[in-house]
Amino acid sequence: MVPVFFGATLLVYFLVFATGDPIAALSGGKPMSDAVEASLRAQYNLDQPFWVQYGLYLKNLITFDLGTTFSGQAVNDVIARAMPVTARLALMALVFEAVFGVIFGVFAGLRKGGIFDSTVLVLSLVVISVPTFVLGFVFQFVFGVKFAWTTPTVGSQAGWSDLVLPAIVLGLVSLAYVIRLSRTSIAENLSADYVRTASAKGLTRTRVVVVHVMRNSLIPVVTFLGADLGMLMGGAIVTEGVFNVPGIGSVLFDAIKKGESPTVVAVVSVMVLVFVVANLFVDLLYALLDPRIRYA
Amino acid sequence: MRMNRVLKGVAVTSALALALTACGGSGNGGGGTAADAVVTAHNTEPQNGLIPTSTNEVGGGRVVDLLYQGLYSYDANGGLQEELAESVESEDNVTWTVKIKPGATFSDGTPVTAKSFVDAWNYGADSDNAQNSSYFFETIKGYAESNDDGADELSGLTVVDETTFTVELMGPESDFPQRLGYSAYMPLPEVAFEDMQAFGQAPVTNGPYILAEDGWKHEVEIVLVPNEDYEGPRKPANDGITFTIYDNFDSAYNDLLSDNLDVLGEMPPSVLGNYEDDLEGRNANKAYAGNATLVIPNYVEEFQGEAGQLRRQAISMAIDRQQIIDQIFMGTKEVAKEFTAPVIDGYSEDLEGSEVLEFNPEKAKELWDEADAISPWPEDKVLTYTSNTDGAGNKEYIEAITNQLRTNLGIKAELDAKATFKEMRNVVGEDGLKGVSRAGWQADYPSLYNFLGPLYGTGAGSNDGRYSSEEFDAKLKEGLEAKSIEDASAKFNEAQEILFQDLPVLPLWYQAAQAGWSNNVDNVELGWDGKPLYHQITKG
Repeated sequence: MVPVFFGATLLVYFLVFATGDPIAALSGGKPMSDAVEASLRAQYNLDQPFWVQYGLYLKNLITFDLGTTFSGQAVNDVIARAMPVTARLALMALVFEAVFGVIFGVFAGLRKGGIFDSTVLVLSLVVISVPTFVLGFVFQFVFGVKFAWTTPTVGSQAGWSDLVLPAIVLGLVSLAYVIRLSRTSIAENLSADYVRTASAKGLTRTRVVVVHVMRNSLIPVVTFLGADLGMLMGGAIVTEGVFNVPGIGSVLFDAIKKGESPTVVAVVSVMVLVFVVANLFVDLLYALLDPRIRYA
Repeated sequence: MRMNRVLKGVAVTSALALALTACGGSGNGGGGTAADAVVTAHNTEPQNGLIPTSTNEVGGGRVVDLLYQGLYSYDANGGLQEELAESVESEDNVTWTVKIKPGATFSDGTPVTAKSFVDAWNYGADSDNAQNSSYFFETIKGYAESNDDGADELSGLTVVDETTFTVELMGPESDFPQRLGYSAYMPLPEVAFEDMQAFGQAPVTNGPYILAEDGWKHEVEIVLVPNEDYEGPRKPANDGITFTIYDNFDSAYNDLLSDNLDVLGEMPPSVLGNYEDDLEGRNANKAYAGNATLVIPNYVEEFQGEAGQLRRQAISMAIDRQQIIDQIFMGTKEVAKEFTAPVIDGYSEDLEGSEVLEFNPEKAKELWDEADAISPWPEDKVLTYTSNTDGAGNKEYIEAITNQLRTNLGIKAELDAKATFKEMRNVVGEDGLKGVSRAGWQADYPSLYNFLGPLYGTGAGSNDGRYSSEEFDAKLKEGLEAKSIEDASAKFNEAQEILFQDLPVLPLWYQAAQAGWSNNVDNVELGWDGKPLYHQITKG
């Protein structure tokens, strides 16, 4: 985890550094005297070479001081406020896609080639091919403006009920993948030897499907969901923008626009951590699902 | 047995999930029980702390304008209205004596004195403090020293007593008082200078509104509450303004449609064609202090002398401005009638010579032929129209204009596209134009001079066409030395009439701001700079 962390911060810091000079953006396109520009550079250490800037950043990082934004607030506070919102949103999306994805996938897999299977196939292809921001604006307009079932954007509180629509939009693309994945896996396992054996033993169809087929079929799905938690946090940039969710995605988007490297690197570092932890979690779940996998 | 393990897994998963989100579950403090007459308005996240001299973009400007009270503010038409100014007077337009009204206080109870202004201006001008708006002080004596030699104070600013200070300028400026409504000239309380960065997060101010406790939730909202102690022309007509921060305008627009947002001060480009139908009776489209022009450089041979003069007029008359506004900009601009903007004190739309801006293709062709009789337009010369194409709509409107020139004048004309604004400025900067070019101006403060001096004065910084006229320069100087704003405006308008004869640029249109509001609010009006006048909005 340590090398991953250092590698990621260095890479991201370098990328932000390479995209150019934030001073132009800071001045808002108006004239700025050389003297003013020079003192701005000094203030944000922009006059230092790359390694010195990165070194200063790391020094602060080790003391848990993630730096300050251009508008003068601690990045720690920004993340502390935005992270729970995004975590809530990502978790709701994850639950949504896991529950509905597996249910639809299993039914489609059990009746492979049937009407339900074909319909789900077409719908999931449509969802996969439409970009998230289009889905977002369509849902926002239909459910927020036309039917007024909910407000078009999430309020400053961003409570559970406010986040239902954004979570559905966020989880929708992954939902389609989960359906495809579990459907294929179920359909494949249905013709496996152990299923025939189980049926031959005289077990009921329900028990065969729920205990034997599903358990084996869920392994790839769980892998996908684990990796997807990280994706959901990253993909939230688009969804959070559309629904104006005050989460980590909008913080990141804004920071990238301004070239505010401390914020960008801090947010990405946190995302890296989330990825790493989520993957660890998936590895542990494997053991529960498949008794053949054991860890020393 | 096996079942149990699965159950355990599910239990662990859900426990972890709960732990992950538990920290964010609460947090229902501020906005929930707000008074009914609190207006919600769209905004973008301010780029800097809420310090007047470091704020120069719209997101921060909307907030800073409401938080601070300076000497003057501007009404909807760019006119000056007195805030703290008792009087701002000068004998020679060089040394100004500023008297402020006694008794005003900041929200921490400290008085607003002459020193509050002088300290704030000194702070803003000093390059060590890296303030974005520091150039607003460059005509005050001592600016160069405070930038180069590390001097902390402008030698031109002197505190006389509690309520009086003097300002010594580098030269006469009759429109100096008109500058003073701009946010860079606001006063600051003493506490600000102890730690400016912390102050910018939670400023102590004296304006019509003050920041609510913990009112700036970054990237989320900025909560302003009325300042009970405020005395002045901008007394709040509502119970507060809550700025909601958005990343994109389309979401804000959808919120507006469903009355989830009260005021949207800028329309997303995607709805320009239909916002007036969507928001019937609750939208505004008003010109603000900015314009677009077509520059005809003095150094291009075909535009010199008598023939050049005729050609300048011909081009102007060959452009159907209204058609382009309607077709390219969906009617969201206003045809220009002179060289400044209509929201400025002293604006006049029937200056002598302004008929040259009217569309008249027959006359245009006649004038062009007349010019050809004097000195013919080279057979294969293409009239190039240089512009950057990274700005929205530039490419489209210039292609429309060159198309009209081809049709109405019978010449070859085309867009000379530069990829970036910077690239175009380089060409213009080294006098490299072969034909005409695009230009535009956005006023820093509502004064006619701000549209004329920096653009057409001999040797001025933004004089793209290298225009130079002794007569025009003399009129500007007379205006700057004039004894009153009215006299000055008259002189500046006379100067514009000289421009109409020489046509260094062709005014095309005035920029306009579009705003919309919900069914819950009334009395929304746009100011001279296109920002809504938030203080006068009523709700309920």
